Amino acid sequence: MPAQRIVTGAHYGVRDWLAQRITAVVLLLYIALLLGWLLTVPAVTFDSWAGLFATGWMKVATMVAMLALVYHTWVGMRDIYMDYLKPTGLRLFAQAATIVVLIGYGFWTVLILWRV
Amino acid sequence: MAELAGKSRPQFRNIHVTQILAYRLPPAGVVSILHRISGALLFLIGIPFALYLFQLSVTSEISFESYRAIVSHWFAKLVLLALIWAIVHHALAGLRHLFTDAHFWLDLAPARVSAIAVLVASVLLTAVLGLRLFGVF
Repeated sequence: MPAQRIVTGAHYGVRDWLAQRITAVVLLLYIALLLGWLLTVPAVTFDSWAGLFATGWMKVATMVAMLALVYHTWVGMRDIYMDYLKPTGLRLFAQAATIVVLIGYGFWTVLILWRV
Repeated sequence: MAELAGKSRPQFRNIHVTQILAYRLPPAGVVSILHRISGALLFLIGIPFALYLFQLSVTSEISFESYRAIVSHWFAKLVLLALIWAIVHHALAGLRHLFTDAHFWLDLAPARVSAIAVLVASVLLTAVLGLRLFGVF
């Protein structure tokens, strides 16, 4: 069995499959939260919009959603690479680039929220 | 055994990207490939574009105005329309996945109906949000 395992394969388990579902639910809840705010706020202005993200709970909720999005995107993109990119070197490059980009998205979000 | 080892066996692989259009996919297959395409689109364009707009919208009143200027440009609206479809389709197809994970809609007929429902609902929702985006209401 170990001989069949390849360096850019999945982890041959249920963990990522389950994480994909849990992070999806987190993202759906965050979208529902945003839509609920948009539908109930009297007017979307800079003050009301930036005021929403100035609160501690919304910063935390946004970061939780972003981390869920990073993990979710990683599993999804890796699934795509495993089906269509066959050469190990190419797949490894795509996976590494995706990880770097996703970590970048995550820290970008931290920087944005930090200044609100 | 030697004969068996030397015999070339049929291999069943995933459909390659270049073969998609030549296959007559069932509705569930269309939902599935669009789930992938919409997901990749959101990763490559959706997240960075959303973060860029989010940054402009919350940083200052001046940047909020440039955010508004950007999203009122027709080309940005076209990009947003494509991304709205991507997120709506991805979310609805994902919800369908969650239901099939919970053993709903597994038979042929309900699987077909739910797949068509995802395709139709995502286009309709995108149309409604698109009309709002282009200022029809």
